[in-house]
Amino acid sequence: MTTRGFTGRRQPPEITDRIPPGQSLTDDFPVLSAGPTPRIRTEDWSFTLKAGPKPVIKWDWAEFNTLPQTKFTRDIHCVTAWSKLDTRWQGVLIDDVLAEAGIEPPTEFTLAHSYDGYSTNVPAKDLLGGKAMIATHYDGKPLTPDHGGPARLLVPHLYFWKSAKWINGLQFTTRDEPGFWELRGYHTYGDPWREQRYTGD
Amino acid sequence: MQEQAVSAQAKWQKAAITGLVRQTPRVISIFFRPSLIFPYRPGQHVDVRLSAPDGYQAQRSYSIASAPESGGVIELAIERLDDGEVSTFFHDVATIGDEIELRGPIGGHFIWTVEDGGPILLIGGGSGVVPLVSMLRHRAAQNASPPVLLLYSARTWDELIFREELLALKQEGNRFDLVLTLTREHAAHIADYDRRIDPAMVAELLHRMLSPPNQVFVCGSNAFVTAASDALIAADVPAAIIRTERYGV
Repeated sequence: MTTRGFTGRRQPPEITDRIPPGQSLTDDFPVLSAGPTPRIRTEDWSFTLKAGPKPVIKWDWAEFNTLPQTKFTRDIHCVTAWSKLDTRWQGVLIDDVLAEAGIEPPTEFTLAHSYDGYSTNVPAKDLLGGKAMIATHYDGKPLTPDHGGPARLLVPHLYFWKSAKWINGLQFTTRDEPGFWELRGYHTYGDPWREQRYTGD
Repeated sequence: MQEQAVSAQAKWQKAAITGLVRQTPRVISIFFRPSLIFPYRPGQHVDVRLSAPDGYQAQRSYSIASAPESGGVIELAIERLDDGEVSTFFHDVATIGDEIELRGPIGGHFIWTVEDGGPILLIGGGSGVVPLVSMLRHRAAQNASPPVLLLYSARTWDELIFREELLALKQEGNRFDLVLTLTREHAAHIADYDRRIDPAMVAELLHRMLSPPNQVFVCGSNAFVTAASDALIAADVPAAIIRTERYGV
């Protein structure tokens, strides 16, 4: 259906194939979250890897920062319909988290957990093979609290609510367990190229 | 009810514009009648989609301003963004009878209904007041009276969206209290404050409430929401009872 009188603004042709359907380009970095921004001091920070209810390994901030570092430049896509190109990140690949813990993925599903009680589910295969990291730096600087610092999950090929801010744990689960937004009407997987925004998309 | 809401949510549908009302120099209310009426709760939003003749589409999310009791017509209060693509269409082109596409309701967190009770503290900055107005209209339509305090921050008196309606609600009393702050216009009108939200202001609001809120809803720009929620935390309001909605692009 055509909207009378709407012409719209086109993206430059060289980037149109990088913008998923229904998304618009932004140069800003909008901030969205369901509650107040937690302020976590790095001396209080820790990250726990779990298989089901069982902790496998726990790192404090200093220990975590000795893990192998990787730099990423990726396009990111928020379900609120903005996309941002060529964002620069640094952190620890999930592959390296598992390698350092000395485990293979014990199950096919994961839940990322955050300091504010937030959680989100991501299939294990979407975190592996260099696809995802625990990011501690954005654009060459330590990640600020409003963007999820000290550390956030970064899964850039899924809608950005999957990239949990203020992460403090990653848990392998036997079933695909919906997280915070997935329980509140948002899609369980969230592929921007298939426009999987909401339940039933 | 739950399944019905989900199936309606999954589908884009046509919605006809039934009315336009200018609210402020930058905000226009547009009334839509969806072809399939769906239930929603105060605080939820809809996605709106516009399509050009060549198939190009643009979509945006807008909070619902109307109350669920408003009989199937959905009011959106749309702020004009100077470099906007969708907001400029609604301000400059749209007219009664036009059809757009809409889907909803969306959002399962920033929600309040009278069953949730009170006291509640609402804090809105600029167009962030819109979902809070939906909550207040719902409360009035239900003739409910849990204590509510709304702090509404705008740049100027003329930019207070739904100003007369809110002032009238305050006049009625019924345990609704309204506090206004104007950040760019000092003493030209009778507002309670003439500065940006800060910890002292939030502490005074909490004092003004007879008993502490069991839920706090904060909506506005990221800077506004951050200032408000940091001030709430500093005043020992538990993070777990604070729900926020930040207007992105």
